[in-house]
Amino acid sequence: MFQLSAEGQQFVKKELARYETKESAIIPSLYQVQKENKGWVSEDAIAHLSQLMDIPEARINEVFHFYTMFNKEPVGKYHVQVCCNVACCMAGTREMLSSFLKEYKVAPGDITADGRFTFTAVECLGACDKAPMMQINDDYHEGLTPEKAKTILQGLK
Amino acid sequence: MAETKIITEHYHDDKFRGLAGYQAKGGYEMLKKALKMQPAEIITLVKESGLRGRGGAGFPTGMKWSFLPNNGEPRYLLCNADEGEPCTFKDRMMMERAPHQLIEGMIISGFAVNSKKSYIYIRGEYVYAAKVLEEAIAEAYKAGLLGKNILGSGFDHDLDIYRGAGAYICGEETGMISSLEGLKGQPKLKPPFPAVKGYLGKPTIVNNVETLASVIYILRDGVAEYRKCGTQKSPGTKLFSVSGDVVKPGNYEVPLGYKLLDLINNECGGLKPGRTLKAVIPGGTSAPVLNKAEAEAATLDYECLAGMQSMLGSGSIVIIDDSRCMVDMINVITHFYHHESCGQCTPCREGTGWLHKLTRAIISGEGTEKDIDTLCKVADNMKGRTICALSDAAALPVLSFVPKFRSEFEFYVREGVSQVKGISYAQMHH
Repeated sequence: MFQLSAEGQQFVKKELARYETKESAIIPSLYQVQKENKGWVSEDAIAHLSQLMDIPEARINEVFHFYTMFNKEPVGKYHVQVCCNVACCMAGTREMLSSFLKEYKVAPGDITADGRFTFTAVECLGACDKAPMMQINDDYHEGLTPEKAKTILQGLK
Repeated sequence: MAETKIITEHYHDDKFRGLAGYQAKGGYEMLKKALKMQPAEIITLVKESGLRGRGGAGFPTGMKWSFLPNNGEPRYLLCNADEGEPCTFKDRMMMERAPHQLIEGMIISGFAVNSKKSYIYIRGEYVYAAKVLEEAIAEAYKAGLLGKNILGSGFDHDLDIYRGAGAYICGEETGMISSLEGLKGQPKLKPPFPAVKGYLGKPTIVNNVETLASVIYILRDGVAEYRKCGTQKSPGTKLFSVSGDVVKPGNYEVPLGYKLLDLINNECGGLKPGRTLKAVIPGGTSAPVLNKAEAEAATLDYECLAGMQSMLGSGSIVIIDDSRCMVDMINVITHFYHHESCGQCTPCREGTGWLHKLTRAIISGEGTEKDIDTLCKVADNMKGRTICALSDAAALPVLSFVPKFRSEFEFYVREGVSQVKGISYAQMHH
């Protein structure tokens, strides 16, 4: 059964008081869970939040399922999100993503055997002048070339 | 007139990010000035400046502000920093390079509309920009620029930041309000407009990052000076995010009314060697595509692009050269809108799915000539029938790509490969 750390619970309590409605704390609390739960949100984490926040599970689930940044399944240590919207496609990100999947022998959304990577295609991340780009966990990597991207991934242990 | 840096004048200076550096360049002087004025005077100035919303809709800002009812209810100011329109990246740059500029613009605007509380709603992916803003907000509080009795004026204003979590629809103002309230980010029926009934049912003004920052310079330069830039109906400068097939993509601040071709050739260093212009998406992927002749005649103002049945939108311009397959591009676009439909209105939920299914069938070599017509028919049925504009935003690209580049669609259906590239995109992600 997932439990937030003491600091995590403290954070949720603070967020509950931060906004005019306590439901506004759902998004920040889900982020906190994701941070403490290796990048994804499990069903028991929702139950835990529901208890902690005194908000029905269904209400939290509604928010949880609406937003794409909350992962519904486990992800690798590094979540590599490759932008496949217009400008990045023009700069070759689809080919780049395919090469990652081939090299690491994994399907999109799955975790590599060593637990390091999950690769997903995402929509525009607002870095189109520096296409092709990808986001790894919180960080943007812009102005990529296939070689540069490869080196970045090899550097992540 | 070429690139005219008013908002972005000091963006090259790293110190401009911090409070001291921002103040060294005159930062927060306009806040001091504003706090000595009457709020109504500021609203009048903004009205007379002709400033129009920079987020996409281009609605006159001063007019929006004057829709607030005088019923004594608390008012909220929300900054729309959701920046989800594909190929737009100006707000991100503004927040990362000049967080205090946005904060100053917000306090002035908050004072003008008599709001004691504002939020910056920033898209979840902009982790770094959110961090920069949080630090700047803390600095501003410490310096007495936010909180109680700002600079001894008697005006109180609190500012907080709220991170979204990945949903294009939250850039729609009522969707954003739903999201901030802790709900799914689904848009609400208008009227009532947010100015009357917004966040928590209270009067709420929602303005884009660039719009709020512009208010500072209207105050600094005065209406007459501000209007010297731009056109009669589209005054001022605007930031354009240029991407795609140019030598130097990036954000450029130019006067409204600037020639699209000049932006491409002067600021952006022209097309890539040996290539010719094929098409331009002038205002984010929702904006109908311009063909070569239209692009060559276009000026970057609300009226000219509306006259071409397209729009200035958020000011994100995608340059497309002769090496691109338009069938592939529209398939990427229909995939996006299908992914982002919030699902509450049937024409959008079903329509975006059908648009993508049809473009996908064509791309896969399974399409028929009839599918091309069905694509347009479905798109046509999605217009003006839903709570918000996402449905139209999905339909309009289809209704411009297909008629303007129909021969490419017909070729793809007939031969199973792209007319331009000679290859099939069947194995591609979308």
